[in-house]
Amino acid sequence: MQKIGVFVCWCGSNIAGTVDVAQVVEAVRQIPDVAYAIDYKYMCSEQGQELIRKAVADYKLDRIVVCSCSPRMHEATFRKCAEGVGINPYMVEIANIREQCSWVLKDKAEATAKAIKLAKAAIAKVRFNGALKPGESQVVKRALVIGGGIAGIQTALDIAEAGYKVDIVEKEPTIGGRMAQLDKIFPTLDCSACILTPKMVDAANHENITLYTYSEVESVSGFVGNFDVTIRKKARSVKADMCSGCGICTEKCPSRKTPSEFDMGLKNRGAIYIPFAQAIPKVPVIDREACIKFKTGKCGICSKLCPAGAIDYTQTDELITEKYGAIVLATGFKTISLDKFGEYGYGASKDVITSLELERLTNAAGPTEGHLVCPSTGKEPKKVIIVSCVGSRDVSGRGKSYCSKICCMYNAKHAMYIREKYPDVDVTVFYIDVRTPGKGFDEFQRRAVEEYGVHYVRGQVGKVVVDGDGRLTVFVSDLNSGRKLMLNPDLVVLATAVQPSPDARKLATMLTASIDNDDFYVEAHPKLRPVESPTAGIFLSGMCQGPKDIPETVSQAGAAAVKVVGLLAKDKLLTNPCTAQCDTSICSGCLACTHVCPYGAITGESKPVITKLGVRETRTVAVVNNALCQGCGACTVACPCGAMDLQGFTNQQILAEVDALC
Amino acid sequence: MQKIEKLLQKRAAELLAEGTVERVLAWHAGEFFYDNAPAAVSSADECDKLVYNEFCPANLCKYLIETSHAGKKTAVFLKPCDTYGVNQLLKDNRIKRELVYAIGTPCSGMLDIKKIKAAGAKGIISVSVDGDEVVVNTAYGEKRLAKADVLLNKCLMCKGAAYKIADEELAEPLPVPQFTGDKFAKVKEIEAMSAEERFAFWQSELSKCIRCNACRDICPACSCEQCIFDKPDTPVAGKAYADEVEEQMYHIIRAFHVAGRCTGCGECARVCPQGIHLELLNMKFMKDINSFFGQYQAGADSETPAPQVSFKQNDPEANSAVEGREQHV
Amino acid sequence: MLEKKNFEPKIVAFCCNWCSYAGADGAGTARKHYPANIKIIKVPCSCRVNPLFILRAFQRGADGVIMCGCHPGDCHYSTGNYYARRRMTLLLSMLDYLGVAGERFRVEWVSAAEGARFAQVMNDFAEHIAALGENVKLRDLRCKK
Repeated sequence: MQKIGVFVCWCGSNIAGTVDVAQVVEAVRQIPDVAYAIDYKYMCSEQGQELIRKAVADYKLDRIVVCSCSPRMHEATFRKCAEGVGINPYMVEIANIREQCSWVLKDKAEATAKAIKLAKAAIAKVRFNGALKPGESQVVKRALVIGGGIAGIQTALDIAEAGYKVDIVEKEPTIGGRMAQLDKIFPTLDCSACILTPKMVDAANHENITLYTYSEVESVSGFVGNFDVTIRKKARSVKADMCSGCGICTEKCPSRKTPSEFDMGLKNRGAIYIPFAQAIPKVPVIDREACIKFKTGKCGICSKLCPAGAIDYTQTDELITEKYGAIVLATGFKTISLDKFGEYGYGASKDVITSLELERLTNAAGPTEGHLVCPSTGKEPKKVIIVSCVGSRDVSGRGKSYCSKICCMYNAKHAMYIREKYPDVDVTVFYIDVRTPGKGFDEFQRRAVEEYGVHYVRGQVGKVVVDGDGRLTVFVSDLNSGRKLMLNPDLVVLATAVQPSPDARKLATMLTASIDNDDFYVEAHPKLRPVESPTAGIFLSGMCQGPKDIPETVSQAGAAAVKVVGLLAKDKLLTNPCTAQCDTSICSGCLACTHVCPYGAITGESKPVITKLGVRETRTVAVVNNALCQGCGACTVACPCGAMDLQGFTNQQILAEVDALC
Repeated sequence: MQKIEKLLQKRAAELLAEGTVERVLAWHAGEFFYDNAPAAVSSADECDKLVYNEFCPANLCKYLIETSHAGKKTAVFLKPCDTYGVNQLLKDNRIKRELVYAIGTPCSGMLDIKKIKAAGAKGIISVSVDGDEVVVNTAYGEKRLAKADVLLNKCLMCKGAAYKIADEELAEPLPVPQFTGDKFAKVKEIEAMSAEERFAFWQSELSKCIRCNACRDICPACSCEQCIFDKPDTPVAGKAYADEVEEQMYHIIRAFHVAGRCTGCGECARVCPQGIHLELLNMKFMKDINSFFGQYQAGADSETPAPQVSFKQNDPEANSAVEGREQHV
Repeated sequence: MLEKKNFEPKIVAFCCNWCSYAGADGAGTARKHYPANIKIIKVPCSCRVNPLFILRAFQRGADGVIMCGCHPGDCHYSTGNYYARRRMTLLLSMLDYLGVAGERFRVEWVSAAEGARFAQVMNDFAEHIAALGENVKLRDLRCKK
C-alpha cells in the first residue's frame, strides 16, 4: 500500500485567511493511503521542510503532496526537500491552493471545498507518479548576446571577463544602441558617448568577444546548453578586413537624399555611410536601396576613391552557424510612432519634436553641432514646452498602457540643460505625475525647479495647433488651478513612449521565449527571477524586458551575465525527465508522432519487440531521444493507440485528476 | 465481367507459378451468389476458385498487414476505391511497399442485394448486369431494375476509375457510376436538424451497436497494432462491452482517430451488421477537414501529411466550429 | 460574476504550464476572482490534452470543460497549440453534430501576462455554462465501474 504524506500550508494568512486548512487536513486524513497529514504556517521555510523530512522518516512515506502556493513558486523547493530524505523528487505533487484558490475566492466555505478537491486531485495524480531519473547533456561553453546596445555590451563584457567566449549579434552597422544617440545622461549629466565608447572599444578588443555587426539571427534550434544558431551577416559591400576607416567614401558619396537613422531624420546621410564617428567597427555600409551604383549601374565613386580597395559591390550575405550554451536577449527599444497622436502636431510642424530628436539637437556631434535651434527656422527658441507621457499610460488604445519610466527624469534633464545653456529661454514641463524614484533622482528633478527656474505645471496638453505662418499654439489644462491655457512656444518636445524593438516578437518565436502583449520579453518570475526567460537557457538584459534607465540596465546586464556564467560553468546539465516514452510492444510504427514533434526527438527505427501476445518480431517503432524531448506531449495525442505516453503527465495521471475533480 | 474474372484467375495463377508473389488476395464464392468473400490463395491450382463480379465489394487491403509482417510478397486485386486504402496503410507504415503487388481491377459499381430484394424481387436465382440495367433472374421470371437504384451506397459516391496505386492493371477500365451531386448532402441534412433531433438521431443509430468491431477490423485507417479499445488501462471499455455510453465513446473516438485518414471507402457502413450509418460520421469529419483546413483526400498518395499531424498558422479558431449554432441544453 | 443559481456548474479547465497556468496564477496575484467550481488541471502544453480527457470529464459529471493554452504563435513548444487548435476544432464540430452541446467545451488562449483576462475568461465561461444548465446528455450515460 502506498504511503502518501499531505502537507497543507497556511502561507501565513494568504491561504489560511480564506481556506480552513485544518478542515483540509481532516478531509484528506480520511483517505486510506494517506498515511500522514498536517498543516503548518510556512511549509517552504526550514521548519516546514523539517516537518516533511521528519514525517518521511517516522511514517515511511513514499510520496508527498504539498498544498500550497503555485508549483511555479516552490515545486523545486519541495522536490529538493524530498530528495534530501531519499524520496525521488518526482514523487512530489503540488496542489495550488493559493493563486488558484484562496486568492481568487472570498467565501470561506467555497474556498475550503475547492482546496479539498484540489488536494484530492493531487493525491489521485501522485498515486501514479513514477520515480523519474533526469538524463544528462553537455553544455557548450559559449554565449550569444543578441543586441549590441549598452545592455548587450555590458552583459558580454561581464561574461567575457569571467573567462567565457561570447558573441554579440547586432543588426545595425555598429554597436552602441540608443545610448550612442544620447547627449548627457541623468543623474550625473556626464556625456553619454564618453562613458559608452570605452565600453564599446573594450567589447571590440576583448579576446573572448566576437562582434557580428550588421548581422541578424536567422534561426535557432536546440535547447539549453546546446543551441544551434544561424547568423546572417548582411553584406556591407565593403571588405571589413581591408577598410581602414578613413571615411573618404562617406564624404564623397553623391547620393544625399536618405534621412539619417542615427540623427532621427534631422539630417541626411550618404548611401555609403558610417552611422556615427565613433562607430565600432568603423567600416561603412552601402545602403543598396539608396546607392546610385546599385540602382542604375552608374557612379562607383567610392570604389574609385578608396585607397584600400575595400569596396566590393559583389559582396553577398554570409550565413554562419555556431553552437551556444546560453542566449541573452538584449534587443533594446525604440520610441513609438506618433501617427495616432495627431493632436500634438508632430509631422504638421518641424518644431514639434520627440525627446530623442532633442537629444540629437543638443548633442555636439549632432546635425546642428549642439546648437538648440527650431528646426523650421534655424533660430534659437525663446519658449520651450515639454509634454510628458505622450503615448505612455494611455488607456485610449492608441499608445501604450505602461509608464515608460525614463521620461520624467530626462524631461528634467532636458529642461535643466536648456536653461543652463540658454538662460533666457523659458522652459515649461507639463506633467501628470513626476516619477523620480532612483538614487539622487528626486533631488535632481527638484533642482530643475529650485535652481534652474524650470516651470513645472501639472497639466494635460490637449492639442498643439500649427497656423498658416507655422506658429505653434498649445492648448493645455492646468490641473491644479483648473484654468485652460493657450500658449505660444517656439519648440514643443514630446516625451514619447518607448516600445521594444520591432524584431522582439520574431526572436521570441524563434527562441520560444515568452513575450507579453506589449512585446516585452516575460521574465520567469517578476520578483525573484527578473533576468531569465521561463525558457531554459534564455536570459534577458535591458529594455527588452521592460522600461528601465541606464543604471538599471547595467545592473540587469550584470545579473544576466552571472546567470549565464552559472550555466556555462556546469560541465553537464540534468535534462528534464518528464519526457515521452513509447511502449514498443504496442507501437504500430505509424510514426504520426514524428510529424508533430517540434524537436525532431522521435525517429522511426527497426527494433526487435515482443508483442502483447508474446510473439517476437522486428518492426519499425517510434523511438524517443530523451535528450531532445522537451516533454510537450504532442506525440501522445497524435498516437491513436496510446503507445506514446508522457512521463510526469501520463494518461493515467491526468485521468485520475479528472476523476477526482468531477 | 466474366471476362475479367477469367483474366483475374489467370493472372493470379501466373504470379504464383512464377514465384513473383507468395500469396494472392482476391475473392471467392460465398454460400450464395451475392456474398462473395475475401480469399487468400498461395498456389496456382487454387486460383480457379477465385471469382470477380458485381458482388465483390470487399476491400482487401487490410489483409496485407499480416503478410507484410510475415515478410511474404502478396499480390492484391484492388478496385479503384480500394487503392486509397493501400496508400493509407503505406503512409501509416503498416505494410511494406516492396511486399505489395497491386493489381488495378476494373469496377463499374457493386450491387446491393438488400436493395434488389427491397425492390420486390422474390426467389432470386441469379443477377447480371446489362448496360444500365440489372437483370434479376427469379423463380417467378425475369425482373429488370435500374442499376443506379440498386448500387451499394458507397458506390453512389464513387471517386472515379483512377487507381491511386497499381503495379499493373488487369484490364481496360470500366465506366464507373457517375456521381454529380453533393456527397455531403446527407451530412448537411443532419447539420440542419435541431439539436434535439440530432441527438435523437444519433442516440437511435448508435444504440444499435453491438460492439462487434467489424467496422474497425475492415477499416484501412484503423490499423493499430493494439487498438486503444483493447488497451487495459484506457478509460474506455473494450470490445463487446455493450453499454450505451461506450457505443457513443467508441464511435466518437474511432471517428476522431481516423479523421483525416479515412479514405471514404464506405466499408465500415457496409459491413455493419446493424446497418448503422457510420458513413455519416466519417463524412462529417471529411467535410469539416475540407472546410476548416483545406481540401484533402486521404489515400490519394502516400506522402502528403495527414490533417491531424499538420497545421496552418491561420487555421480557424476552434470555437468557430460551434459559433452561431443553436444554443441548447 | 456568477449569480447564485439553483445549481453551480462544475467546470474543469486544462491549462498549459507556460502560458495559461501562469496566467491563472497571475489572476490570483491580482486577486481577480472567479467561481470556485472551476478547477484547473496542469498540462505541459495544450497539445497534451486528449479528446478522451475531455469526454471523460463530461462523463464524470463536468458541466463544462475549457482548454487554455498559449496564443497561437507563442507556444512554448513552438507548434503544440496549432495541433491542439486543429484537433479541438474537429472535436467541437463533432460534439455539435451529435447534438451533445458542443458549446459546453471551449478553447481560449491566455498568455502568462494576462491574469485579469484569465479571470474574465473563466467568469464568462461559468456564466455561459450556468445558462446552459446541467450537463445531462453526456453525464447520465455514466461509465459503469
